[in-house]
Amino acid sequence: MLTATILVPLIGAVALGSARGVSERAARAGAVTIAAVPLALLIAAWSRFDPGSGRLFQLVEAAPWIPTLGVAYRVGVDGVALVIATASALLFTVSAAYPADTRDRPRHYYAWLLFLEAVSLGVFLALDLLLFYVFFDLSLVGMYFLIGEWGHGDAKRSALKFFLFTLAGSLTMLLGILGLALATEPLTFDMATLIRHQPLAGEGLRSSLVLLGLLFGLGVKTPVVPLHTWLPPAHVDAPGPASAILAGVLLKMGTYGMIRIPFAMMRATFAQWALVLAVIGVISAVYGALVALGQSNLKRRIAYTSVNHMGYVVLAIAAAGGVLAGDEPGRELAITGATTQMVAHGLVTGALFLVAGSFWQRTQDYDIDAYGGLARPAPALTGVTTVAAFASLGLPGLAQFVAEFQIFVGTFSVYPALAAVALLGVLITAALFLQLLQKIFLGDLPARWADFPDLHRSEAVTLGVLVALIVAIGVYPRWLLDAIAGSSRILIGGGS
Amino acid sequence: MPVGHLVPEIVLVAGAVTTLLAVLAVPRRLQWIGAPLALATLATSAWFAVDLASDAAQQITFFGTWAIDGATTWARGVVLLATAVVVVMSPEWFARDPRHGEYYPLLVLSALGATLVAGAADTMQLVIGVLLSSVTGYTLAGYHRRSALSVEAAMKYFLVGALANTLLTLGVVLLFGMVGSTLYEATAAGLAGRATDPIAAVAAAAAVGVGLAFKLGAVPAHAWLPDIAQGAPAPSAALLTVVPKVGGLVALARFVQLLPVEQVGWRPWAALVAAATMTLGNLAALWQDDLRRLLGWSSVSQSGYAIMAVVALGRSDLAVPALLYFLLAYVLANLAAFAVVTELRGRTALDAYAGLARRRPLLAAVLVVSFLSLVGIPPLAGFAGKLALFGAVIEGGYAWLAGVAVANTVVSLFYYLRVLGPLYFEVRREPVPVLGRWAGTAAGVTAVAVVAVGVVAEPAFDALSDVLLLPH
Repeated sequence: MLTATILVPLIGAVALGSARGVSERAARAGAVTIAAVPLALLIAAWSRFDPGSGRLFQLVEAAPWIPTLGVAYRVGVDGVALVIATASALLFTVSAAYPADTRDRPRHYYAWLLFLEAVSLGVFLALDLLLFYVFFDLSLVGMYFLIGEWGHGDAKRSALKFFLFTLAGSLTMLLGILGLALATEPLTFDMATLIRHQPLAGEGLRSSLVLLGLLFGLGVKTPVVPLHTWLPPAHVDAPGPASAILAGVLLKMGTYGMIRIPFAMMRATFAQWALVLAVIGVISAVYGALVALGQSNLKRRIAYTSVNHMGYVVLAIAAAGGVLAGDEPGRELAITGATTQMVAHGLVTGALFLVAGSFWQRTQDYDIDAYGGLARPAPALTGVTTVAAFASLGLPGLAQFVAEFQIFVGTFSVYPALAAVALLGVLITAALFLQLLQKIFLGDLPARWADFPDLHRSEAVTLGVLVALIVAIGVYPRWLLDAIAGSSRILIGGGS
Repeated sequence: MPVGHLVPEIVLVAGAVTTLLAVLAVPRRLQWIGAPLALATLATSAWFAVDLASDAAQQITFFGTWAIDGATTWARGVVLLATAVVVVMSPEWFARDPRHGEYYPLLVLSALGATLVAGAADTMQLVIGVLLSSVTGYTLAGYHRRSALSVEAAMKYFLVGALANTLLTLGVVLLFGMVGSTLYEATAAGLAGRATDPIAAVAAAAAVGVGLAFKLGAVPAHAWLPDIAQGAPAPSAALLTVVPKVGGLVALARFVQLLPVEQVGWRPWAALVAAATMTLGNLAALWQDDLRRLLGWSSVSQSGYAIMAVVALGRSDLAVPALLYFLLAYVLANLAAFAVVTELRGRTALDAYAGLARRRPLLAAVLVVSFLSLVGIPPLAGFAGKLALFGAVIEGGYAWLAGVAVANTVVSLFYYLRVLGPLYFEVRREPVPVLGRWAGTAAGVTAVAVVAVGVVAEPAFDALSDVLLLPH
């Protein structure tokens, strides 16, 4: 079943890419339908997933691939992977449904989108380090073409920068993966085995170098300060739906990878360096918020809030792995919070970037100061943006509050001082979003925007789905947290 | 019967002679007949090579001068395959050349030279193979004798080659003087056993190393490669950037194993050459405005990656599989790129490739597959190759070399994207003339092979897991 979630969009991408004479409408309808299949399959998988079973990986499917090198095709999920994959599939469906300017090449645009969906889900479902890497790298190729071909502004340069930075990261991660796997005898890249055996435990310098390689690679992708410089241009110049996917799905690969690989497979070494990682997380959170506050470009501002939000995730992961024993409830909460934050941030920031895309399609202008008073001509747009912005600043009753609350409570039990500093970030985020809402939607309406069109039907429906989920998680998070918590407990305990 | 161990090579000689006689006899409009004859020769040779590999154990044969081990078999296969692809690319390119037919025997003899280099277990045999491979190479490079670029490339190739081959011969003579034999087995025993002059041993090893670096296009004898890639006829460039390397790399891997480590510390030097080669190749490729020259420099850098496997020889079980698999991956990807260049009638300015994707989507896709494989993006063949290489050097205690290779790979992505970006992101209206069906087929088939060899890598790694270099 999990294999089908990867295969269906992949086959769809190939079919769409090689079909002839497909109209814009047909291509989009086809893409939405195909993109929704993995979503349905993952929801079905959710119903079969048993969080209380005590086993980490479930619904495992495996087939030999390169047995000589210990590489196999293995997919499966734990609670963390399941919820992130499901949220990703949802974001892909929404992004495919969101109207985009495909520049007369709809087949190719939607084919790349589906390809990206297939490989992104592959990243979250892979249970083999090398398979993980394969999908991780392929996601760069898909995003490169989406930004380069359908982006605006200095898109080619941004796409190039994105590809170069993230490839540097992923190759460094590959060295780390090799360093980790080569310590096994016989050679294997099986994640479950690596988690069980902790192959580099107690090997001082080598394990530290491997950890550095892994964290550098994943840190570029997340991104953490100071490895984040590729992110703002990529976001600004990407088409709206691609930005939503970049923020909502691709960034998660970094933090998901941290939980999956260094956190789980090198517990001792991770604990040794966790404080450094936590400090980097805090710096990202505060710095990201501060820089976001200084941006007058709508998309840049949202992009930097991603740095801020992902900083919390990194902080929580570091806190959860900061000690090998003790503080179990707090650390468990931290992992659950980090995962919830990945889901919530994906939905919230995805919605915000889609909104930014709508702005671009209407006005080709991202300058916050150019707007004002839009609440009158575009009430629906105002409503959606307001909910998403409030969610992003952590208003109780919305998704990100649930996540950040757990992150701070969990982190407080391990690194109280750092948690306190990180709280500053929340304050700044609140300021920057309130200012953003005020500048765009309140005040005087400039004459040139007097007939600013409100959300179209397809925009309203897709954004409506995201907003509904943001509220649902905020009000009643049990269904989400239950799926994650069992796996958090196992991960904290070091079992597999 | 030892002669049986040379049947694949004997077939090549006989086939080359037959092809030559045939094209001398037929009129100009039938000169293309050399292509099917050459293909038949290569196929027959490959058939015997496979037959031999399944019949005979891996051993040194023919009075100790010739290795028929897994490495030779693999090199035979890759060389024959690559030459066959070049043969398919050629008829349309040379259609109006009055000496069209004679091109094919040269290709076959060049393949023979590379195979002889790869299988040599005797230093004199090595020299003969290198010379055969070089002499045919000069001719293939200068085949367009009215083209200044082609002649210049051939001239440069010849000059660098003459110097390198002289050094190689000098090194071989020094070795012979020290150990009194040209056989590899006796050379290894002689160098290890008696107290040979360490300076002479180092000098001989260095001289032979430079000679083989010429075949590989590695530092310090790499200067010919970009000129060949740019100036030689496109099919010749395709052949010369891949086939001699196969022979040279296998020969280098064999040769370093003869050296006594305590006297000739070759490993750090090999690592240094690998690092220098990949770095120089990549930096030089960065700002090229000529696609073929860019490919030439990229080919230099790929040699650097390949030498990583030599560094790890004897220290990692992955070294030999990495070496041979990477060669195949590189050969296929490079051939695919040159097949596209050939199909596009040798179009070479980088600007001339902008916007090509709309007009020729399949050729553009081939170029994407080829370049991404050269970068090492999974699941293409280049990825598994680099993966094995990285694994081998990390296991061999040269993790820093893997780090250098990673940095280089990122740099290389930059110039590959300088081609791929405009290829897709720009718009071109005017039509794009192409050569014909055969070169296009060669491009398509090699691109499919790049994907297939990468995705279905297990048979290759399985076959390579018990390959020996210089069995006793």
